[in-house]
Amino acid sequence: MSADKIPDSRIARHAVLGDLPVQKDVTIYFEGKPLKAREGEPIMAALVAAGVTVFRYTKKGSPRRMFCGIGRCTDCVMTVDGVPGVRTCVTEVRQGMRVERQQGVGSWSVQAEAGHAQ
Amino acid sequence: MRNDEKPAIVVGAGPAGLCAAIELKKAGAPVVLMDENAKPGGQLFKQIHKFFGSQEHKAGIRGFDIGKELLAESLRLGIDVRLKTEVVGIELGLKVWAVEDRTKSYTLDAGKLILATGATENALSFPGWTLPGVMTAGCAQTLINVHRVLPGKRILMVGSGNVGVIVAYQLMQAGAQVAAVIEALPRLGGYGVHTAKVRRAGVPFYCSTTIIRAEGAESVERAVIASIDAKFQPIPGTEQILDVDTICLAVGLTPSIELSCLAECKQIYIPELGGNMPAHDEYMRSSNQSVYVVGDIAGVEEASTAMEEGRLAGIHAAWAMGYMDDQTMKIKTDETRGRLQALRQGIFGQKRFAAKERILAMRKDA
Ligand SMILES: Cc1cc2nc3c(=O)[nH]c(=O)nc-3n(C[C@H](O)[C@H](O)[C@H](O)COP(=O)(O)OP(=O)(O)OC[C@H]3O[C@@H](n4cnc5c(N)ncnc54)[C@H](O)[C@@H]3O)c2cc1C
Ligand code: FES
Repeated sequence: MSADKIPDSRIARHAVLGDLPVQKDVTIYFEGKPLKAREGEPIMAALVAAGVTVFRYTKKGSPRRMFCGIGRCTDCVMTVDGVPGVRTCVTEVRQGMRVERQQGVGSWSVQAEAGHAQ
Repeated sequence: MRNDEKPAIVVGAGPAGLCAAIELKKAGAPVVLMDENAKPGGQLFKQIHKFFGSQEHKAGIRGFDIGKELLAESLRLGIDVRLKTEVVGIELGLKVWAVEDRTKSYTLDAGKLILATGATENALSFPGWTLPGVMTAGCAQTLINVHRVLPGKRILMVGSGNVGVIVAYQLMQAGAQVAAVIEALPRLGGYGVHTAKVRRAGVPFYCSTTIIRAEGAESVERAVIASIDAKFQPIPGTEQILDVDTICLAVGLTPSIELSCLAECKQIYIPELGGNMPAHDEYMRSSNQSVYVVGDIAGVEEASTAMEEGRLAGIHAAWAMGYMDDQTMKIKTDETRGRLQALRQGIFGQKRFAAKERILAMRKDA
C-alpha cells in the first residue's frame, strides 16, 4: 500500500511508532464485498479501518461493534467462513475469508457444520 | 529434558508469562508457553509510553521495547511458544486442554502450571452503553498502538486514572481529538506527568462528573454528562452535551481468574488490586501447590511488577522440578523480591505493597 492510498482511519504516521510498516495486503469479503486488509491483523482492525461501525445485531436488533478488543467480552463476534460466534478481535484475517454480520447467535453454514470450514 | 517428563505449562505470553518461561528455560526445565493471540507480548505492545522506576526496572524505556527484548530472549532460548492456542480447560491432575487455531483440540499434562492470563477491563453501565462506539480504553489503545487504526475522531474518556490519561494522550498522538476526561471522584486519579501532558494540550478535565447516557441511532453521536453530588447522584440542571463518536471507559481492571477457578485455587477478595483473585504465597504459588499465578491475575499492577512475579514463579518451579539447586534458587528469589519491593514504593506503589502483604499474611494463616 503506498502512502497516499492509506485511508484516514489508518494511522500512517506516528511520533513514537514511526511510519506504518509496509505489509502485504489480503482481501477479505465483508457481507460479500471485497475489502483490503493488512496481513496479520485481526478482522476487527480491518473492519474499523474500512469504517464499519456495526459488526452484528442482537436477537432484539440492537447493534454491536467491539468493546474490549482483546478477546474477553465477545461483543465483536461475527460469522466467519460460515462459523458463528467468532471473536473478530483475536482472529487474524486470511486471504479469501468471508466475514458476515451476525444476527442474534447466528447459524452454522452447511460446510461449517460438516467441518469443512477453516 | 528427561524422557516422559511433564513440562511446565505457562498460560499467557504477556510480560508475566514470558518472564516465567524465560526463567524456566534458562534453568534447563522443559516449558511450553501458550497464548491465544497471534503474537506474544500481552498488553506490552500497546504501552508506548516510558516506564517509571529505576534504571534496573527499565525506567525510561517504552513498554513495546521491553516486549521486543523479552521476545528476542525467548527466541534465543528456543522456548516452545504456541500461539493462536487458547486454553479452554484444566482438569485436575493438571491436564491442560488447548484449542489451536480454532480447529485443533488437544490435551497436555503439566508438571507445573503457571497462570499468567492477565486482567479484563471493567464495564460501566448507563443508557446507551452497548452502542457501537462505546469501548474500553484498552480497546482503543490496542487499536491505535498495535493495529494502527483509529476507532473514532472525537473521544470522551471516562476515568482519570493512569489508564485513562495515558490512553487519552495516546489517542491524541494517533490523531484523534479528546473532547474531555471525566472523573466521578472529586479529584484526579492518574500519575501527574501524564495528566499534565493531557491538560497542557487543552483537554478539559471534569471532576465529580459522570456519564448520563450515550445517544445515537446505530453508533455513538453524542454523550450527555452531568455533575454528581457527594452521594454520586446526578445534579439536575448540570447536564452537558458533548459531540463525540467514541466513548472510552477507563474504570478499572479485574483479574482474569477463570482458569485458576478451574484449577481449584482458593480465591480471595482484595478491592485495591481489582477484586477476586487467587490467593498466593511469596513464591506466587496458589493454594494448589502445583499451580502458580503471576501478573495481573494475582492482583492488577503494572507490566514491571508482572515481569518480576513471573520470574519468581519461574525460578521456584524450576527448583521444584529439580532443575535448580537450593542455593541458586534462594539467591535468585531474594534478588527478584528486592526488585519487586523497590517497584512497590511511592504513593501508588505503597498501596499495592500493603495489599500484597495482606495476601501473603492470609496465606500464612490458612
Ligand atoms: C487493555 C489493557 C491496557 C493496559 N494498559 C496499560 C498501560 O498503558 N500501562 C500500564 O502500566 N499497564 C497497563 N495495563 C496493565 C497491564 O495489565 C500490565 O501492565 C501487564 O501487561 C500485565 O501483564 P500480564 O502478563 O499479567 O498480563 P497480559 O499482558 O494481559 O497478558 C496475558 C496474556 O494471556 C493471554 N490469555 C489469557 N487467557 C488465556 C487463555 N485462556 N488461553 C491462552 N491465552 C490466554 C492473553 O491473551 C494475554 O496475551 C493494561 C491492561 C490492559 C488489559
Ligand atoms: S471485543 Fe471483546 S472479545 Fe472481541
